[in-house]
Amino acid sequence: MININLLEFSYSDDGFHLSIPQLTINEAEKIAIIGPSGSGKTSLLKLISGILLPQKGKVSIDDVVINQFSDSDRRDYRIANIGFIFQDFELLDYLNTEDNIFHPYRITRALKLDAEVRSRANSLAQEMGIQGKMSRFTHTLSQGEKQRVAICRAMLPKPKLILADEATGNLDPTNKTKILDALFRSVDKSKATLIAVTHDHELLNRFDRVIDFKDYCLQDVA
Amino acid sequence: MMDSLYLAWRYIVFNRKKTITLITCISLVIFLPFALKSLLNESERQLMSRATTTPLLVGAKGNSLDLVMNSLYFSKEKPDFISMKSVDKIIDSGLALPIPLYIRFQAREHPIIGTSLDYFEFRNYKIKWGRAFAMLGECVVGAELATHLNLKVGDNLLSSPENLFDLAGVYPLKMTISGILDKTNSTDDSAVFVDLKTAWVIQGLGHGHQDVKKIEDSSVVLSQSKNLVTTSSKIKQYTEINIENLESFHFHGDPSIYPLTAIIAVPQDEKSATILRGRYLSEQQDQQIVRPKKIIEDLLGNIFRIKDFIDAIVLIVAIAMILAIFLVFSLSFRLRQKEINTIFHLGCNRATVFQLISAEILIIILASGVLCFLSLQILQHFQDRVVHTLFIS
Repeated sequence: MININLLEFSYSDDGFHLSIPQLTINEAEKIAIIGPSGSGKTSLLKLISGILLPQKGKVSIDDVVINQFSDSDRRDYRIANIGFIFQDFELLDYLNTEDNIFHPYRITRALKLDAEVRSRANSLAQEMGIQGKMSRFTHTLSQGEKQRVAICRAMLPKPKLILADEATGNLDPTNKTKILDALFRSVDKSKATLIAVTHDHELLNRFDRVIDFKDYCLQDVA
Repeated sequence: MMDSLYLAWRYIVFNRKKTITLITCISLVIFLPFALKSLLNESERQLMSRATTTPLLVGAKGNSLDLVMNSLYFSKEKPDFISMKSVDKIIDSGLALPIPLYIRFQAREHPIIGTSLDYFEFRNYKIKWGRAFAMLGECVVGAELATHLNLKVGDNLLSSPENLFDLAGVYPLKMTISGILDKTNSTDDSAVFVDLKTAWVIQGLGHGHQDVKKIEDSSVVLSQSKNLVTTSSKIKQYTEINIENLESFHFHGDPSIYPLTAIIAVPQDEKSATILRGRYLSEQQDQQIVRPKKIIEDLLGNIFRIKDFIDAIVLIVAIAMILAIFLVFSLSFRLRQKEINTIFHLGCNRATVFQLISAEILIIILASGVLCFLSLQILQHFQDRVVHTLFIS
C-alpha cells in the first residue's frame, strides 16, 4: 500500500508547486493519473519512486518511508521494488533485446542475474510475444515491440509497484490496446500495483481508479 | 565490475567506427614520441657502434661525412677515389695496419665491399658456413643477405651493372659464394665481401678472355705479331671466374694506382694515431684522415637538436589531441545524458554510472595501449632497416 501524506513539493527554479494532503493507493490497485501538461503527474511518479524528494510530507510504500532513505538506499529500493515504463521506451540501442531486459541486473548489486531470472525473462518474453527477437538490437524493433521489451525490463525484478509514464503515448490504437492488455496481464499475474500517467481517456475505464490533477491540485474522481 | 565491463564492451562494439577512430588517435599520440625515441636510439646505436670501433679512416679530401657513411655504413654517396699508393704509404709509415676498402658496386641492390681478409679479423667476424674468399671471383655474404636471398655456400651471385644504359660498360661478374658470415647486427649483415682484385675485375680493370694464341677464327684475330695480338670485340670475355679460366684473368696498368674509396687505419697505439693524423694535416695533401667517432658524434648532435624540435612539436600535437579526445568524451557523455538519466531512474547509483564510464575509457585506453605496443613491436622488428633507410642510405 502506498501512502502519501501532507506532501509539498516545488521545483526551486520555477513556480510549480504540488500539494497532496492525502493519497492512498492499495496493493494490486490499477490507478490512472490524468491531467493537463505540467500539472505534476510525472513529478508524482518521481516522488513515489524516490527520484525527487518532497520539501514536506511523507511517501511510504508498505510502511517504508521512502523519502527518509539515503540516496543510495532509495536507488537500491527503487531498482528492486519499482518498475518503470517510459513513453519513449528508454531502451539502450547498443544492447540487444535480451540485454535490455537484463539491464537493471547489470547496473546494481541489489539484483542478481541467475538461471532463475534468465528462465523468468524467457517466460516474460514469451508472454509478451517477443521471444523470437531476443538477439535483435532494439532499433530494428517496431514501436509496439520496443514497449513490450520495456515492460519485460520493468516486470523482470518482480516489482511490487509499476510506474508507467504515458506508456502508450507513442503507439497506434491497435498497439495501444495490445500493450495495455499485455501490461495488465503481467501486472495481474504478479499482483503488482500499477500507477499509469496517461492522456488517453479511452483507456481510463480499464483502471480501478482515476486520479485527475488539475491546477496542481489533487482531485480524486473515483 | 564485470557487468560494467560487459555494458561498456557492448557500447564500444556497437559504436565501433567511433571507437576505432578514437583508439587510432590515442595510439598515435602515444606511439609517435616513443617511435621517434626508439628510432633515434637505434640510429645512435647503429652509427656509434661502428664509429667507435673504427679508429681512423683515410680517404680523399672532401665531405668527411660522406667518407664515413660510405666506408662504415655503405651509403650510396661515393667519396672521391684514392689509390693503392695510399695503402703502401701507411704500411711504409709502420704506424698503422691499413685495411683497404673499395665500396662502389652492388649485387642485387646490396653493396659489394672490396677489401682484404684483415677486415674480418679487425671486425672480429666469424664465418658461419664455408670459408673466406681465397680465389678471384669468390665472395663472402652477410647473414641477413644470405637469408633474404636464400643463398648457400657454392651458390652464385651476379654483380649489378653500374649503369644499365652503358652498353660499352663492364659485364656483370658471376661470383661464387665461398662463405656466409655469422650474424653481426651491423650493416655488414647485408653486404657482399670480395677481395679487392675481384672488385677491380667487376670494374673491368682486370679481365679474362679466350687465349688469343689458340683462336682459330680469323674474324676474331685482327692482327698478330711476335709481341702483340689484336682481336675484334668478338673475342669471348669470361663473366665467371672458375678453375678452368682463372689463369686467363689478368690486370692491365699499374696496380698501385688502382682505385679505393677509403682505408681503415688501425694504429699501433694512441701515439701512432696522433703521428699518422699529423701527416695528413698538410694543405697540400689531397687526402684526409678522420676519426669516425667524432664525425658521427657531430651528426648525432645535429639529429638530436632536430629531435628536440620534433619533441616540442609532438608535445604540442599531443596536448591538442588530448584536449580533442577530452572534448569527444565530454560531448559523447552529453549526448548520452538521456541514457544516464534512464539508468538513474531505474535505480542505478552514481558509483555504478562512474564505473560504466570508467570501464569504457579503460577499454579504449587499454586498446590504444595494446595497438601502440604492437606498433612499437613492429617498428622494433623493422627499425634496423628503417634507420638504415632514414639516416644511413
